[in-house]
Amino acid sequence: MLDTARRIATPEGIELALRLAGPVPRAGAWALDFLLRLAILAVLAMILGTLGGFGTGVFLLCWFFLEWLFPAWCEVNWGGATPGKKALDLVVLHDDGTPVRWPAALARNLLRAIDFLPLFYGFGFVAMLLNRDFKRLGDLAAGTIVVYREPKPRGFQVPQAAPLRPPVALTLAEQRAILDFAERAQGLTEERAEELATIPHALVGRLDGRAAADRLVRIANYLVGRK
Amino acid sequence: MRQAIFETRHVADWRRFEAWLDRNDRLRRREPGAAAEPVDALPDADVPQAYRRICQHLALARDRQYSPELVDRLNQLALRGHHLLYGARASRGMARALEFLLTGFPRAVREERALVAAAALLFFGPVLALLAVLQWYPDFVYYLLEPEKLARYQEMYSPTNKRLGMRDADDNVAMFGFYIWNNVKIGFQTFATGLAFGLGSVFYLVFNGVAIGAVAGYLTQAGYATPFWSFVAGHSAMELLAIAISGAAGLKLGGALIAPGLRSRKAALMAAARPAVRLMYGAGAMFLCAAFIEAFWSPLTAFPPLTKYMVGAILWGVVIGYLALGGRARAA
Repeated sequence: MLDTARRIATPEGIELALRLAGPVPRAGAWALDFLLRLAILAVLAMILGTLGGFGTGVFLLCWFFLEWLFPAWCEVNWGGATPGKKALDLVVLHDDGTPVRWPAALARNLLRAIDFLPLFYGFGFVAMLLNRDFKRLGDLAAGTIVVYREPKPRGFQVPQAAPLRPPVALTLAEQRAILDFAERAQGLTEERAEELATIPHALVGRLDGRAAADRLVRIANYLVGRK
Repeated sequence: MRQAIFETRHVADWRRFEAWLDRNDRLRRREPGAAAEPVDALPDADVPQAYRRICQHLALARDRQYSPELVDRLNQLALRGHHLLYGARASRGMARALEFLLTGFPRAVREERALVAAAALLFFGPVLALLAVLQWYPDFVYYLLEPEKLARYQEMYSPTNKRLGMRDADDNVAMFGFYIWNNVKIGFQTFATGLAFGLGSVFYLVFNGVAIGAVAGYLTQAGYATPFWSFVAGHSAMELLAIAISGAAGLKLGGALIAPGLRSRKAALMAAARPAVRLMYGAGAMFLCAAFIEAFWSPLTAFPPLTKYMVGAILWGVVIGYLALGGRARAA
């Protein structure tokens, strides 16, 4: 299947699913970081500009720190994300899914110097398109991936209803689709939920939307094994 | 087993594990009161076992095609547990950084001595060659540098300056900021562009070697020898060797791509990145020292040139001795 899920195997013999972030959200995070940096530097320039040569020196030191070390520091000590990444719910992790640490964070941030070439992250962008994990060159060398932060579970559950045995035998994939519908219907608009519910003819016959949705929920109750 | 029975049987375990994770998050964010909270039913010592059970439940839930919401929930619990259990590393902070600078870095340099030697040759070769050539053919400098730039250098090293290496209006702290911002950037560029099969590192090493050699040769021949050499003597050891080491780190990356050996290029690159970054930690520290010396010691004119040459010579000795001998005692 062509998707952006990446599975990492753990020593416990299971696979954990992570969702990779592509070039667009990452460019957005970069742009936010860039604007933030610009804003901080503008404020610093106004304050330090009044201090003459001393201010110039401190300003250049701050610029250096913000440009090269601050992103790495954030990724190590601030939940794996720079402010821009945090805003877009992205996290940097090692290839094996563990939180990123100094060597890798520093490598990927220093190597931005080449990803940036020849213009606007040209090499980085081409590199991202050429591998499965959307890695820019710095990520390849450092062994890191950028993924979406796992959303808090929405806590949807199959609503309680009298269980109903499905009139025909369902394959595992079909059962899963019914369960998924029963859970997600709470997050959909009523019209959309009813529209979806009329699709499986074999289960709902000619029932109209509302009744069809209720029937699917009852079947879902049967499938999870409620009495 | 049906999902409903599975859930009722195990949901208490999941809740306890989740509560432990939440409490741990609050502790790590140093939220007030987190430590004082009543200890949950799950003691720390039982966490690995609880985590393995979650892993098993996740595998079962996937295999039995339980509802996606349940699988997602277990996946997230397992992921958070995985982050905590496998992401936790003892951090010794400053003590460890100091130990690295005292022993680890010189060892790392010696481990890559062939690359460091190659980078040094690419960098110091042009410096020394131009230094010599410009004594015999002074006009050669006009192939390399524009006359306006040369005039600026003349101004910087004019013997009448109260401070060396800067124009009278410049400030020490401003220059310190500038040296950090500019010189360390050169070092990072020299390193990072090594990813282009080493070509970028070679380019920056030779380019900076030519630039430094041309200025040094020109000023020596044009009668500014004393102010120039007494300015650069102090910080030259740290700064020039740091550039060479950055180049060596870049060549390490490029070398992994050119000759990956029995690994794939990607795997070879990842394996080379670790030692390369270790070299860059040390090079960064050396650049920092160099910028400090360059901003606050090198411009002083209160000391006679001979003193500054001697300090410079001693620093070369110390730095080379450090790189050659540091960390040997405990290496055995």
